[in-house]
Amino acid sequence: MRRLFEYFRSSRSKRSAQLAKERLQIVIAHERATRGGPDYLPRMRQDILEVIRKYVDVGDQDVKVNLENEGDYEVLELNITLPDRPS
Amino acid sequence: MSKIIVVTSGKGGVGKTTSSASLATGLAQRGYKTAVIDFDVGLRNLDLIMGCERRVVYDFVNVINGDATLKQALIKDKRVPDLSILPASQTRDKQALTQEGVQQVLEGVKELGYDYVVCDSPAGIEQGALMAMYFADEAVVVTNPEVSSVRDSDRILGILQSKSRRAEEGQDPVREHLLITRYDANRVNTGDMLALDDILEILAIPLLGVIPESETVLTASNAGAPIILEEKAAAGLAYADAVARFLGEERPYRFLGNNKKGFFRKLFG
Repeated sequence: MRRLFEYFRSSRSKRSAQLAKERLQIVIAHERATRGGPDYLPRMRQDILEVIRKYVDVGDQDVKVNLENEGDYEVLELNITLPDRPS
Repeated sequence: MSKIIVVTSGKGGVGKTTSSASLATGLAQRGYKTAVIDFDVGLRNLDLIMGCERRVVYDFVNVINGDATLKQALIKDKRVPDLSILPASQTRDKQALTQEGVQQVLEGVKELGYDYVVCDSPAGIEQGALMAMYFADEAVVVTNPEVSSVRDSDRILGILQSKSRRAEEGQDPVREHLLITRYDANRVNTGDMLALDDILEILAIPLLGVIPESETVLTASNAGAPIILEEKAAAGLAYADAVARFLGEERPYRFLGNNKKGFFRKLFG
């Protein structure tokens, strides 16, 4: 019985460090993706999203803003996924 | 060629000052002329950890402002030859550390023939922390096995890679070292604490050392003696190992409990 109890205790707490690791991997991946870009990037993304929403219904994940360095200049890439056209 | 090492973390309370004191003391014990500088303007504490608080006459900002010479301000350690401390100023003016001023002091220290300058960064990412990082050749990133500390360390690595002088001038990047402190092997084994390999997998920088959680760290700071001088304490020995690795020696990792080498330790260890 005791061993059973300890088994559950350890499997519960195994998840504690595991959970920490998973949460960190997600948040750090997100922060690295926006790192180095100008501070206005998230706000600009939001403004673009609102302009598009005046015309079509797009979700938060449908607008992707990507800034890349190519030699001496930076390329701002906008990727907007439009919903299927209603027939 | 003297080298500038920043001890940084982003998050507060993870052991930057404790680590700065021990790494600087360890380098001096090995015969390298070493200066350790407190960049925490307004919250001076390195002097207490090093046990020289009653000998502070001049500080970092006095030297920048020309009120004292570097030689007057540097406090010679009484235990280890070749070790000096430059205390932080207690001024509340956070802008007191100008880039020109810091550069002038660091160059002055180099001219005095020091091999290593250890910069003890304050927490956060404001002026003092940015100045401690800016001129660095090497960075020791102090991290606790805890989510907020790991995240802040990642952010600090981003700043080192973009805002340091080496980054701005397109030189070789700042050499990064991970120093994990307050590591509790028992809690790692029960799955309650992030393991060394988890942290290495996330931060992906070379490992310098793992300092075990230890009661001796508190008693050492109570006494004003860097923990590395405690030759019987696990934490002191772990710092001595870290100094040896910093100088390019191979040392096995002690105090990790289960010593199975994971993939990421093979890669970064």
